[in-house]
Amino acid sequence: MNQADNAWVLVSSALVLLMTPGLAMFYGGLTRSKNVLSTMMHSFFLMGLASIIWMFYGFSLAFAPDVLGGWLGGSKYFFLNNIGADLFPDLVDPSKTMTIPGTTFMIFQCMFAIITPALITGAFAERMKFSAFVLFMILWLTFVYSPVAHWVWGPGGWLAGMGALDFAGGTVVHINAGVAALACAIVIGKRKGYRQTPMIPHNLTLTLLGAGLLWFGWFGFNAGSALSASEGASMAFVVTHMATAAAAISWAVAEWILRGKPTTLGVASGAVAGLVAITPASGFVGPVSSVILGAVAGVLCYLAVLAKNSLGYDDALDVVGVHGVGGIWGAIATGLFASKAINAAGSDGLFFGNPGQLWIQIVAILATIVYSLVVTLIILYVVKAIVGLKVTEEDEVVGCDTSEHGETAYNI
Amino acid sequence: MKKVEVIIKPFKLDDVKEALHSIGIQGMTVTEVKGFGRQKGHKEIYRGAEYLVDFLPKIKIEMVIQSSVVDQVIEKVIAAARTGTIGDGKIFVFPVDTVVRIRTGERDADAI
Repeated sequence: MNQADNAWVLVSSALVLLMTPGLAMFYGGLTRSKNVLSTMMHSFFLMGLASIIWMFYGFSLAFAPDVLGGWLGGSKYFFLNNIGADLFPDLVDPSKTMTIPGTTFMIFQCMFAIITPALITGAFAERMKFSAFVLFMILWLTFVYSPVAHWVWGPGGWLAGMGALDFAGGTVVHINAGVAALACAIVIGKRKGYRQTPMIPHNLTLTLLGAGLLWFGWFGFNAGSALSASEGASMAFVVTHMATAAAAISWAVAEWILRGKPTTLGVASGAVAGLVAITPASGFVGPVSSVILGAVAGVLCYLAVLAKNSLGYDDALDVVGVHGVGGIWGAIATGLFASKAINAAGSDGLFFGNPGQLWIQIVAILATIVYSLVVTLIILYVVKAIVGLKVTEEDEVVGCDTSEHGETAYNI
Repeated sequence: MKKVEVIIKPFKLDDVKEALHSIGIQGMTVTEVKGFGRQKGHKEIYRGAEYLVDFLPKIKIEMVIQSSVVDQVIEKVIAAARTGTIGDGKIFVFPVDTVVRIRTGERDADAI
């Protein structure tokens, strides 16, 4: 074991955990005041639920030796059997040589299994039954997150075997969550009064603080994904920061040009879009590439969010526009900007003389989209049949804080 | 006795209060209110979604005064609150039957 590596990945694990309450604040501020607690509850409850699932079997389905031709991990690590002080076996990605114990790797990955489903919750905020949420998340972590994590990162995973580059989770985390969010928004349906009554964010200061915590925690997410306290971690840290800086500016400038005013919600959303987009690329691209990648992400995600208004589905907090579109752009951009000069164990992208990498990236994107969409839809209909998805119209008007949890956020 | 209810732009509160004070008006009740008249609301944009916010913040001042000073009060409020742009507000005057000071039980003119 390398003690410096172990220390860095443990610290990174704590950083990634902090992203989830950060996300709760980011989302909570965007809802109306009658739904802020129910929205934050989704993220916080997952810090419990996803962790327990991960320990008992989720980690094993994702990271145990393959049992289904590259599609699913086996039962070797159920209940964390065989996970302890021994070094975790090397992953497929040759840039990540394991020098840390299995326990450290497991807990680092556990934090990813918390934040990914938490991202989806923005799509069905302000209207989903809490019981339906719990059942949906158990099924989604089991049948969508764990398998897709296995494909991309797990030993024998088929996308990893093809050479798809995904440093910190562009496909597994962001495209996966973004597509699942789209399925949720469509199947659960619109909020009462959507597009007829104003649904104005009730506290953007909370949203800005949440975005700041996400930015902070994301250093653990991306630089921690080097799995070592190495030069690679340093570069991942730098490009994560620079892409985010560029995206925060580009989103705000885009809306300044198109709608007349730069907004605080614009810089916060732009920052998150930049963080999303740089995620798969963070171990493979240089600083100048990262700024281009981030600047494009800010504008692209802003346009995607604008497009939602004419497409008609109610993705309440824009998970599809930010995580889906930002994640797809990031995965494509990895195939454009990746450079062996930055990471010798990675690949070159299109702009560095290797057009084949772009094709592999597109296969990974399409596979994730199709699988996540289909299986999420099936899960939604199963949950709908068992407990129903949406609160009653009366409960929706009163607000989910009162109807689902018997609490109100602000009492004067 | 009359009750005068005045709706004004929030930033004019201090000016109106000073003006009323200068003619000996001793008490008033002030409330932050929201509403709209001809000014209508304003537009807010969140991630590209536009919302028309109908209700604008205003200040409502209520006071009960002797009938003899009503015109003077109206004149002072207009002078202090007027900007000449749409949305300056309105003044309503109502008759009042009885005023009672709770502490002493005094009534009407003595209680104002």
